[in-house]
Amino acid sequence: MLLQQDNPGASLIKVENLSKTYSLETGVKGNGSVNSQVLFEVNLTISRGEFVAIMGHSGSGKSTLMNILGCLDTPTHGQYWLDGRNVAFLSDDELALVRNRKIGFVFQGFNLLKRMTALDNVAAPLLYAGVGRSESRKRALQLLSQTGLGNFAAYQPTQLSGGQQQRVAISRALINDPPLILADEPTGNLDTQTSREIMAIFEQLNRERGITVVIVTHEDDIAAFTRRLVRLKDGRVVHDGKVSA
Amino acid sequence: MNLFAIIGEALRALRLNRLRTSLTMLGMIIGVAAVVLMLAVGQGAQTMVNQAIASIGSNLFIVVPGATSSGALRSAAGSVQTLTMADAQAIAHLPSVKATAPLVTGTAQLNYGANNWSTSVTGVTPDYFSVREWPAESGALFTDTDLRSASRIVMLGQLTAKNLFGDEDPTGKTVRIKNSPFVVAGVLAPKGQSLDGRDQDDSVFIPITTGQRQIFGNQFPGTIRFLMVQGISAEAMDEAEVEINQLLRQRHRIAEGMENDFTVRNMAAIAAVATGAAKVMSLMLGAIASVSLLVGGIGIMNIMLVSVTERTREIGIRMAIGANRRAILAQFLLEALVICILGGVIGVALGIGGAWAVSHATDMIIVITFGTILLAFAFASAVGIFFGYYPARKAAALKPVEALRYE
Repeated sequence: MLLQQDNPGASLIKVENLSKTYSLETGVKGNGSVNSQVLFEVNLTISRGEFVAIMGHSGSGKSTLMNILGCLDTPTHGQYWLDGRNVAFLSDDELALVRNRKIGFVFQGFNLLKRMTALDNVAAPLLYAGVGRSESRKRALQLLSQTGLGNFAAYQPTQLSGGQQQRVAISRALINDPPLILADEPTGNLDTQTSREIMAIFEQLNRERGITVVIVTHEDDIAAFTRRLVRLKDGRVVHDGKVSA
Repeated sequence: MNLFAIIGEALRALRLNRLRTSLTMLGMIIGVAAVVLMLAVGQGAQTMVNQAIASIGSNLFIVVPGATSSGALRSAAGSVQTLTMADAQAIAHLPSVKATAPLVTGTAQLNYGANNWSTSVTGVTPDYFSVREWPAESGALFTDTDLRSASRIVMLGQLTAKNLFGDEDPTGKTVRIKNSPFVVAGVLAPKGQSLDGRDQDDSVFIPITTGQRQIFGNQFPGTIRFLMVQGISAEAMDEAEVEINQLLRQRHRIAEGMENDFTVRNMAAIAAVATGAAKVMSLMLGAIASVSLLVGGIGIMNIMLVSVTERTREIGIRMAIGANRRAILAQFLLEALVICILGGVIGVALGIGGAWAVSHATDMIIVITFGTILLAFAFASAVGIFFGYYPARKAAALKPVEALRYE
């Protein structure tokens, strides 16, 4: 099959026959590696403005899929168009730019930069977008205020609760106004009440600002906040449709 | 990507690890300070040698009687007295010779009142002072008239004048040399140390004729101890050496194939050897000091490698939020560079302070040039880039997904 470079007018995310195989070095001479395939021929299309949950047990390949969608990892086979561009044709620098401008990441472990204030954490992506310091701080403070953390701008991650840290991470994801937010188990480290609050933020971002939100989770009540459910099992899509609450 | 912002990130990272940063920097500080100090000492030594050489006079030959023999058991050069005043006058007329200064030398005790001082007494012609570029500080140099009449007058070196007269003005006073009275014509300007380490100011000079007839009492009248010859220019030195050799062989009636009964020494060649030796010493000191800079650089590389491993997750996060490989490389390279440049600044200051202390504690001349400081900085920065590049490249080459997963 020929590689198709660009596909303008396509959906925000379009994945065709995507496979991922990891090579594990065994360290044994002559039999250097063992292959382990985690994704098999995945097809997936996500349009702008969708609110999607990707579910599956651990080992189902959902995190791998998420990393590939986020341009943090590359597929072994198959193609992936993000916003109409085939990422296989993008250089390392272009991929960095895509992560900077088009994608906002939210992680289970928050992944904030240690010993940096909440404000600097939110402003960090602008460092790589060439935005000046005062402008960066202004935008970061505005976003923190919107998530109710205006008074915590000078706090370091370790001084904040899990829910607050995740709000900082969401603010950081939003700083470059990306069309897509990818959240990998964003509530995995949070209690039920805080989880609901975080999901409410995602729901609001999707509803009010039309941001496409893709959430990886293994909890049904988290998936219930979304409007579309993709279920993976052993690296294959086994369900794609309405959320069956 | 904005360079100033990246420098800010690098500085922040360094501040977070104050102890580690300062210990790493210490390696750089010591290295740079050592380079600056050693170069200062080396250049100081070169300056000292150059001053000593300049104090001899320029374009000089020394002609001594006797052959420099490579054969067995030969009388040492200068032990026979074959050079005469007439030789000196004849050489002075050679086309590539500017002036000659014959000398007779000895040691004698000088008395002035209750003071006495034993020093070298040299009989010279007035040309001696121009050849040596040695003016009088007070009084007047003696003249050809004094030479012809073999006057009992004397020029005092600085140290001798001080020892005999203290604060008194010696000019016009009478001193006794070997019990003969001499009138002090003047005091010579200070000259300092000679190449072989003697204090040239510990001396007195009398007309050569007076010396020959009245002080040294030689059994061969008209002979001299040795002869200084000044060439007309640095370029004419080789020519002058040939002319002097030819003339003296002819005058001394040395047959073809026989050895010279005199030796011509080119002082420029001797000076070149001394300068060369000082340069080599300077270079060696610098090289030894730069070893410590190298060790400091390896320390930086070591710490940066540890730092990259420790901060793998941070690198992953930065890549996820849009840092490209150049930005990561720049951040870590700048961290190494900041350590080096900051260490360089402190090291230069410390090196200058150390040089100052050395020059005050000893009478060594210490020379710090702008070039030395520039060299130390350039070297420090080069070390930073060289040893910082590998860890930085390692950081930049990490795969985002793997770096993010790192615990």
